[in-house]
Amino acid sequence: MMRPDLKLIHDWVPKGAHILDLACGDGTLLAALARDKGVTGYGLEIDPEGITACIAKGVNVIEQNLDEGLANFDDDACDLVVMTQALQALRRPDRMLDEMLRVAGEGILTFPNFAYWRHRAYLGFKGYMPVSKSLPHAWYDTPNIHLSTFNDFEQLCRDKGLIIVDRAVGIGDHEGHWTSRLWPNLFGEIAIFRVARR
Amino acid sequence: MPELPPDSVGLVTPQTVHFDDPLALACGRTLPAYDLVYETYGTLNAERSNAVLICHALSGHHHAAGYHGAEDRKPGWWDAHIGPGKSIDTERFFVVSLNNLGGCHGSTGPNAENPATGRLWGPDFPMVTVTDWVHSQARLADRLGIERFAAVIGGSLGGMQVLQWTLSYPERIANAAVIAATPKLSAQNIAFNEVARQAIRSDPDFHDGWYAEHDKVPRRGLKLARMVGHITYLSEDAMGSKFGRDLRTNDFNFGYDVEFQVESYLRYQGDTFSTSFDANTYLLMTKALDYFDPAAIHGGDLASALAPAECPFLVVSFTTDWRFPPSRSRELVDALIRAGKPVSFANIDSPHGHDAFLMPEPRYQAVFAAFMSRVGRDLGLEERS
Repeated sequence: MMRPDLKLIHDWVPKGAHILDLACGDGTLLAALARDKGVTGYGLEIDPEGITACIAKGVNVIEQNLDEGLANFDDDACDLVVMTQALQALRRPDRMLDEMLRVAGEGILTFPNFAYWRHRAYLGFKGYMPVSKSLPHAWYDTPNIHLSTFNDFEQLCRDKGLIIVDRAVGIGDHEGHWTSRLWPNLFGEIAIFRVARR
Repeated sequence: MPELPPDSVGLVTPQTVHFDDPLALACGRTLPAYDLVYETYGTLNAERSNAVLICHALSGHHHAAGYHGAEDRKPGWWDAHIGPGKSIDTERFFVVSLNNLGGCHGSTGPNAENPATGRLWGPDFPMVTVTDWVHSQARLADRLGIERFAAVIGGSLGGMQVLQWTLSYPERIANAAVIAATPKLSAQNIAFNEVARQAIRSDPDFHDGWYAEHDKVPRRGLKLARMVGHITYLSEDAMGSKFGRDLRTNDFNFGYDVEFQVESYLRYQGDTFSTSFDANTYLLMTKALDYFDPAAIHGGDLASALAPAECPFLVVSFTTDWRFPPSRSRELVDALIRAGKPVSFANIDSPHGHDAFLMPEPRYQAVFAAFMSRVGRDLGLEERS
């Protein structure tokens, strides 16, 4: 079973596209896209086990720290850049967004929505930093150093003059159900954005 | 020989093949005839699709795995990675490992007779380049009935040969593994090689390379060359943790004899090498390293130079390697990306410096095994248990 956010991205990526998957994990998405849609490209990852899993699958994976940027990729080197569940762990998410839309005209990003109602309730009522399925770490050892909300990200896209081609949220209680209606900032646990350069 | 472990290829016997068709070399000269000595491990399948070529490094040779006889203390130089169930699984692959031209372990080199003169070739042996080696390896493949290698694999100078394979014979190589290598030497790399060469050439026993005719061996020069080379193979940390400032005795002797353990180690390495390796071969091999630069004829643009390559690459570097540091592997990886070629890159955390490519290190083995298993799967090679 593919993670629900990956399943949606799998639907969004056009056939035969040349893509870059930032923080590609074990290469599940790239392998599925290559098999089902003839997609080519590279995954970037720093986790040793993820890298080995990619190599075993025949997914092109480059050991590369995203915080060091994408300088080794030319402008418009690919059609699309995907980054799932990594934005919040980067030192400068805004700069990565610039980099993504330099190497491709379009990007797809997913990240945990900090304004999800359960997170709000956790913080609001319990008075502790939220811990949930999408934010499983304690405050002191979390890799997620730049948490944001659905609204925050929309604001950043507006500030950068980017086009939001599509957006959706994943509802934690109904995994696999995606909606962009009904107060996404409150009910969405995972935010997913498809953005393009103007 | 220790008792044979179950994952050893066991006892192996080198073979020699003679070539009568002249080989035109990059230096403009032609080698009229030559021998190549090689070993094989595993079995070539009926489709001849499971052959893997191993390319050796500066001081390497054909004996990559297993033992030659009961008196051997150590197995071949890449035994950590070649054998039943190892990264290069000899139950699945047919492994070919040769001694390169110009070598001193059985293939035609400075120690062989020059048919034109009846003397040993000595310093007259033509300069051979990485490209020449690759052409000679292709001829060996012809002779063994191998049209296309499932993979060509090599570390250090061996990795350069792999890279050249993808450019000279793209249709004959299905996968490439370039380990702890570089697309070209840096000024510092060349500088170290030059120190090694000067050490050899300035030895009074060198006799301009005709030492064999004087019944001499330029041992001191070879020893120095190996000592300086060896420093570049180890990381500072590895040397530090192995020797620190340990002394052989309790006190300073206030003299120039061996006092620090690291001195003793280097001298031992140098001495051993000076009795087992040929000086002219060492000179040749270091020049082959210096000359290698496939991007040069493309104005230094490595991505354009890589255009002919067709196969997937695995590039591996080691964090503490300062001879060919990870940044040199990145150079190759970035050029492959720019050229749109399939490539995977892993930078393995290891304390062992450049020598790490020879050693078993869990993450290195996992990456290597994952790659080879995918190579086998893509070629439809059965996984034997």
